[in-house]
Amino acid sequence: MSRLLVLAAALAITTGAAFAHDSQLSDPQIAHIAYTAGQIDVDAAKLALAKTKNAEVRDFAELMARDHAAVNEKALSLVKRLNVKPEANGTSAGLTKQAAQAEKRLRKLSGAAFDRAYVANEIAYHRTVNQALSTALIPGAHNGELKALLESGLALFTAHQTHAEHLAQTVK
Amino acid sequence: MAPLPSRRSALLTIGGTIIALVRPARAEPRSHAVLIDKMKFGPMPSEVRVGDSISWINRDPVRHTATARDKSFDVDLPASTEGRCTVTRAGAVDIICRFHPGMTAKLAVLP
Ligand SMILES: [Cu+2]
Repeated sequence: MSRLLVLAAALAITTGAAFAHDSQLSDPQIAHIAYTAGQIDVDAAKLALAKTKNAEVRDFAELMARDHAAVNEKALSLVKRLNVKPEANGTSAGLTKQAAQAEKRLRKLSGAAFDRAYVANEIAYHRTVNQALSTALIPGAHNGELKALLESGLALFTAHQTHAEHLAQTVK
Repeated sequence: MAPLPSRRSALLTIGGTIIALVRPARAEPRSHAVLIDKMKFGPMPSEVRVGDSISWINRDPVRHTATARDKSFDVDLPASTEGRCTVTRAGAVDIICRFHPGMTAKLAVLP
């Protein structure tokens, strides 16, 4: 199975989305997917900060916004230095589409219902991205520095997923 | 393996009795380093004594802290930076990152 198919399968399990079936991901495509994935979580955090009244959810959202913005900043300076131009692709488009649907759903909620849904979405989203990183993006990256940044990203997303799972216990 | 700090002692003879005056080792303060990478504290240095310093080297693209749970130190570590603290209390010190609850470590500090 090609790496993109693995990625598409990993994403589809959680999101049910259909993804483009390019045979192989290039570094510019991988960079675009990773950057998009980070930006989606920053945007979700901004929505949470505008809506939540729960102090722990607020702290978590602030951390998500800061950590993912920091990684994306590193990614941008890396692609600039490597002279790589991130390239839009079916996978990043699929992520963006799914995120828009999740946002629409979350916007309608408020109070504890919003907190629960936001945290549940964070768990599922981080799990999806972790799977994509470990099965497709990291093995697919050609440049060593890009691969290393994605590996740091995987460690970060994994820590965030665990954090969100613990948070879910308190917003029940 | 680092050499153990030297222990100096002075011997005094008074009226045939030997009294050993042992001064506690006050070796020069040493500096140690701890690497933080992929959301984990690296191995803690051994033979850390009160008065020694520790450099915390953050290799991650995100901000961390190296914070003693007993509040004896709290080092802010923006992405890809390092910070230093002096160890002031002996005993087992629990270390956390204030931002990432999964990041913990235990540092043994000798008097
Ligand atoms: Cu941290």
